[in-house]
Amino acid sequence: MAEIEIKGVGKTFGAFTALHSIDLTIKDQEFVVLLGASGCGKTTLLRIIAGLDSPSKGEVWIGGRRVDTLPPRERGISMVFQNYAVFPHLTVFENIAFGLRMQKLPQAEVTRRVTRTAELMHIEALLKRYSGQLSGGQRQRVAVARALAMEPDVILMDEPLSNLDALLRLEMRAELKGVLAASKTTTIYVTHDQVEAMSLADRIAVMHGGDIIQAERPVEVYRNPAARFVGSFIGNPPMNFLPATAAGEGRWQVAGLTFEGPRVAAPQIEFAIRPEDLHPADHGFEAEVRVVEPLGPHTLITASVAGVVMRAVLDSTLALATGDHITLSPVADRIRWFDLATQKAIA
Amino acid sequence: MPRLLPYLLLLPATAFLCLFFLYPFTLVAIDSLNHDGVWGFENFDRMASHWKFGPTFRNTILLAAVVVPLQLTLALMMASMVTRLKHARGAVLYIFAIPLGISDLAAGLVWLAIFEQSGFLNSALTGLGVIDKPMLFLGYQSKGVIFTAIVLTELWRATAIMMVILVAGMGLIPKEYGEAAEVFGASRWQRFRRVTLPLLKPSLQTALILRVIMAFEVFAVVLALGGTNLPVLMSETYHWQFTMQERGVAAAYAMVILGISVGFTVLILRLLHVPKEARP
Amino acid sequence: MSETTVRRAGNRVFIAAVVLACVWVLLPIYLLLINALSAPAEVTGFPKRFWPSFDLASIRFFLGFKGVTSALWNSVQVAVLTMVMAIGAGAPAGYALARFDFPGKQAFRFMVVMTRAFPLPLLALPLAVLFIRVGLDDTVIGLAFVHTTLALPFAVLITYSLFSGIPYELEEAALTLGCNRVQAFLKVVLPLAAPGIAASAVFAFVVSWNEVFASAVLTIEHRTLTAFLLQSLDVSPLPLKFAGGAALVLPALGFIFAVRKYLFAMWGIANR
Repeated sequence: MAEIEIKGVGKTFGAFTALHSIDLTIKDQEFVVLLGASGCGKTTLLRIIAGLDSPSKGEVWIGGRRVDTLPPRERGISMVFQNYAVFPHLTVFENIAFGLRMQKLPQAEVTRRVTRTAELMHIEALLKRYSGQLSGGQRQRVAVARALAMEPDVILMDEPLSNLDALLRLEMRAELKGVLAASKTTTIYVTHDQVEAMSLADRIAVMHGGDIIQAERPVEVYRNPAARFVGSFIGNPPMNFLPATAAGEGRWQVAGLTFEGPRVAAPQIEFAIRPEDLHPADHGFEAEVRVVEPLGPHTLITASVAGVVMRAVLDSTLALATGDHITLSPVADRIRWFDLATQKAIA
Repeated sequence: MPRLLPYLLLLPATAFLCLFFLYPFTLVAIDSLNHDGVWGFENFDRMASHWKFGPTFRNTILLAAVVVPLQLTLALMMASMVTRLKHARGAVLYIFAIPLGISDLAAGLVWLAIFEQSGFLNSALTGLGVIDKPMLFLGYQSKGVIFTAIVLTELWRATAIMMVILVAGMGLIPKEYGEAAEVFGASRWQRFRRVTLPLLKPSLQTALILRVIMAFEVFAVVLALGGTNLPVLMSETYHWQFTMQERGVAAAYAMVILGISVGFTVLILRLLHVPKEARP
Repeated sequence: MSETTVRRAGNRVFIAAVVLACVWVLLPIYLLLINALSAPAEVTGFPKRFWPSFDLASIRFFLGFKGVTSALWNSVQVAVLTMVMAIGAGAPAGYALARFDFPGKQAFRFMVVMTRAFPLPLLALPLAVLFIRVGLDDTVIGLAFVHTTLALPFAVLITYSLFSGIPYELEEAALTLGCNRVQAFLKVVLPLAAPGIAASAVFAFVVSWNEVFASAVLTIEHRTLTAFLLQSLDVSPLPLKFAGGAALVLPALGFIFAVRKYLFAMWGIANR
């Protein structure tokens, strides 16, 4: 059992605050992705859990043990690094065996575990090679095998796919998901790639400016962003936002249309809709097409609505050209509202 | 990371440099200003009023002034050669770097084998029929020849250091700059003059500082080739310390060497200054 | 003339220049070796031949000369001590500079770089007096201290660049795989840095082996080879000088060969 509890963890580097006060509980065997842009604190949080950095305040618990003062080797974790960190002076076999030898396991057990994880990662043919003789993808596999061979309670992954080329990344992503699910290990995975996060995670923790903004299932994060930032960060293209003005009890005026909205007293709120939830209709936003980008299955258009730039993902059979006028209607139950003062979603 | 660890690791080196670098230099400074317990510039007066001080100072500066520019040119040429080589680069670099491991005394002896009266230069010249009998090159009447021999030896010995620094510096300059210049129509010489040389400034700075300081320290080469016929600052320091047993005057000489070394270092740093914004 | 002929001619000039430069470096060494490998009568004779007679009499005369073997032995002792102390103090400092950010780092780097702007052999003058006071005068260890001061800045800078070249991630990986800090260093960093550390050790040896001024100032009875040769310059016969010169030069060929891959780390580092 390895539940991870992070209680009020903060980290400052001199005058710079990397993490404010993070609270997060990760269930046993759960796959949690820390998602955010560079500098949001996600790697710092991972390194604090690993024991490579120490928190300025707060506590870290793994499997019911408080670990924030323990060195990495006593935490029951293993880690896959961004640049793989495959030791150049050791063979692939010895790399995978490194942690096992540190535990002074008998040779037979070392061989058994190395062979098994190597087979799992399809690198059994490379065991005698050195890091310099491997491709990036192969090194990646060695790094994962080395972490798995430890049979840890928790695997930590720091942007493990970011140095692979696009095709390889796709392949490794699917493979990692299978291998990690089978290993039943609690996993924390750091990435800035939202597609990676959506495809891998049981739960995504979206980080911004040293805080976790939202930590929920991927669909939930996508459908119901808890904050304006989440909507603008997740989704490609991101959510559209339009200013709304009050038009009486629970009614709001948005770009010339009136919507049923939240009954709140906030002076300034925003109307939000995802690009794929806009459809051509007789009644809706009057939009002038600026850019048309056919993407194969869909066509992405950039249009101007009441002076605001909006994007819509439309059927690729629609014949549109720059300068065309089009009416776009939002799907009613997909409309979200944000309070501009707090930047939070309005329920 | 334990906060004290880096300091602990620096401790031995720092202690060493304080004890054997900063402290002794303070002592030299004190020694130079103290003559038989009296503070003042007596030691400097004694040094400067001695008839040998003028020639000594002149010799040292003149040697540096002749050797360093020649050496810079030669080092640039050799570094360009190494950089341009496609085959046998490692072997050529090794050969060029050999003098780096040779002491000034050994270098002096190497060139003594060539310049002494029964040496190889005389053998070659008589063999070719240029002269009938061996000449005395390194005698006290022929200071010009001694000077030339010292220049050649210094050129031979200490070009390697500059060359290695410049090769390293050239390696840091991305090839695209030269290629871009070539596309815009620059000739090989123009590329060297307009692209390589300006971008090489930081390395030139390092190379020149090291070399100029070495030039003021010239000692064993001079003794091996010229004996006492061509006094330089370092040999006079040695002479006052031992033969004359006047530590104060030796310290004053040391301060002069130190002064011109630091002075030239600052000068080179100024002349070859690259503003932060213009660095790659 | 066509373009290719011009280029080919240019290439020939270039190759000729490279060969000429190699000859310029190697010929004087060859000439010294001729003298060292000829009989004393040939060394003082005239005219010289341009190939050695492979007569070892000069070498034997040199080695049999009073004080030479002990000077050789002193040189080796001082150089080995210098090597050990320079690496022992320099490598930890290089590691600290490469791995940690801490207040005072710039000040330390400045002090190390500043040593280059100072004529270090002059240190021997005040130390000569100081050493008499503490009983280190005319000792191998005393001279080794001074030579270490000369070699230390290089040891720091070389190991700094070496350790910087080894990603910290590797050490962190070792930490997550069950190592403590010391084990991570011994099992991961040291094997990777060992050849470079060996090279900087050799370089420290060379610095000491070649140093003349401080050796001459600080030793009287226990002369090193350089100090011995310098002292006897005016009085010693030519065969002794040239055999002694060869004894200084020959190790240099091996030294530079041993450290050739790290030449740039020694000097190139200053470019940043």
